[in-house]
Amino acid sequence: MSIAVAGDTTAARRKWDWARVRATLGAWGFLAPAAILVTVFFFIPVIILFVISLTDLSSSNFSEPLHFVWIENYARLFRDRFFPKILLNTVRYVILTLGFFNVGMALVLALLTTHINRRAGFFFRMIWLLPRITPSVVYILMWRRIAHQPPFGILNQLLAPFGVEPRYWLFEQPWLFVILVNGFVGASFGMIIFTSAIESIPRDYIMAAKVDGASTWQVIRDIILPLIRWPLLFVTTYQSLSLLTSFEYILLLTEGGPGLYTTEVWALTAYKRALKTYFGHNQWGYGAAWGFILVLIGLILSIIYLRVFRFNELVEEPKIDVL
Amino acid sequence: METTTIETGRLYGLKRILGSATAYFLLILSILPILVGYAWLLIATFSYRTEGLFPIDAQGNIGGWTLRNWSFLTDPQIWRVTLNSLGIALGMVVGVGFVSSLAGYGLSRMNFPGRKAFLSLTLLLHAFPSVTLLIAIFFVLKFISKIPGLGPLFGYNTLGGVALVMVSLELPLGVWLMKGFFDNISWDVERAALIDGASRFRVWWEIILPQIKPGLAALAIFNFLSGWSAFLIPFTFTVGSKVANLPVYLRQLMSETAPTNWNQIAAVGLFQLIPVLIFFLFTQELLLNIYTGGAKGGV
Repeated sequence: MSIAVAGDTTAARRKWDWARVRATLGAWGFLAPAAILVTVFFFIPVIILFVISLTDLSSSNFSEPLHFVWIENYARLFRDRFFPKILLNTVRYVILTLGFFNVGMALVLALLTTHINRRAGFFFRMIWLLPRITPSVVYILMWRRIAHQPPFGILNQLLAPFGVEPRYWLFEQPWLFVILVNGFVGASFGMIIFTSAIESIPRDYIMAAKVDGASTWQVIRDIILPLIRWPLLFVTTYQSLSLLTSFEYILLLTEGGPGLYTTEVWALTAYKRALKTYFGHNQWGYGAAWGFILVLIGLILSIIYLRVFRFNELVEEPKIDVL
Repeated sequence: METTTIETGRLYGLKRILGSATAYFLLILSILPILVGYAWLLIATFSYRTEGLFPIDAQGNIGGWTLRNWSFLTDPQIWRVTLNSLGIALGMVVGVGFVSSLAGYGLSRMNFPGRKAFLSLTLLLHAFPSVTLLIAIFFVLKFISKIPGLGPLFGYNTLGGVALVMVSLELPLGVWLMKGFFDNISWDVERAALIDGASRFRVWWEIILPQIKPGLAALAIFNFLSGWSAFLIPFTFTVGSKVANLPVYLRQLMSETAPTNWNQIAAVGLFQLIPVLIFFLFTQELLLNIYTGGAKGGV
């Protein structure tokens, strides 16, 4: 009797196990394409980047076996004559673009567009979305023309009535335009997030403050800003990582120039050393060392963000699973 | 008593009007560079050359409208690069749509070992700046080039390779959005179909996917636009003009030609911009939802 019962349960368990294995296989069947692509284009590249950063691989010894130089690339990076300049450029680029546009302008735009008529506010936000949606090459074409030399430059023409000397703006003020170009794209992300945060503040709070005689500035400082501090923190951290690793617009606008390393940032250095050199001499090993430091920073910051913003709570149980 | 309230009322009204007038003024000021850029593109496209925002004819006078900048449309090269751009864009739409709706369904509806890890990983990669991996992806593509059969399709310097990289880097966003769409669909019809003996795959294809069409459409438009406008990845992983797409071709024009040809460059730029603007006009709110839905958003 007892043996029979035991036999039954094992049989049942075996059957159950088989069902479970099948269910697991089925689920991974759905995930397989994504899992394979993510492995090939995220995980393996991180490992490749690390390994290559330990070698002296370049276009001159591409066909030879890998020659490991261990930390030499990293040591060389810090010894580089232009290292302090590139580091300073990177810090300047991230802080100024973030402060003036990705957070600063974004907040101002969100406050202004929620202050006016709803439809008008929506219209202005849409116009601000245009730079993000315009193909980067076309967008840069417009800016290069705005900052072009006389007599072609549009900025010169617009500033002429104010008595400003015409000049080749992009060459004389490259930093101004690097920040403007990136900032006009970057501001819309924060703008959208701040707008929905501000719109979700109960109208009563603001009404009550106004009835009590609070000025617009006081409403912003004492009610709106404290209530949107999480979106503010989110946009600041998220966008600082994006800016730190972005270089597409700088590559198109100035290629890091004019002159030596004037507007060259860390991510652009990594890219240029490894993949785009004027003399066709790609220093993959050295470029990978620059790149891998960014990957490490990116990984650490992403993990911190997920913890701080408690994204883990989003990873809830599936709705319904077994019948 | 009554007069004072009217006074404050009037004053309040005046302040309000002044307040929104200032807001409108500042907003119009802020969009000026964007409008100026677009205005120049439009003017330059149809004129011999421009000084500032003015069209200038051959004699140096203001005016001189022309269609000659559009002569590039008769060049077969432009149609090849346009087809390449279209190929990348459609590859993104189909690739990201298919792969991420499969994975999104699995993550939303099934419980299995590794689910939580996979989901956390999707989120982590969504925050992670994938652009830092381009150097290493170069070697992955070079390796794929050596695989017989796969190489000519998805290797280095092929359209398939460019599309594959772009699809893969977009997957964390796609999978995450798709899972969200599936989470909002009720389970009832699906459960009935499963009890009747339909396979999971059939349920996914015939019952669930039709229900998330709006979400799929939003993702498709977003992916079409990012594929169509893609510059950095095609620029990095292709050489020569055979596999160049529109942005890479435009960049070649910009770096090669003398300033007098800027007007033709503007025409090519506008040509590339037209589909983007059409999508933008008709699907603004969809796109806005995608951006709030957690797109990393470039810069």
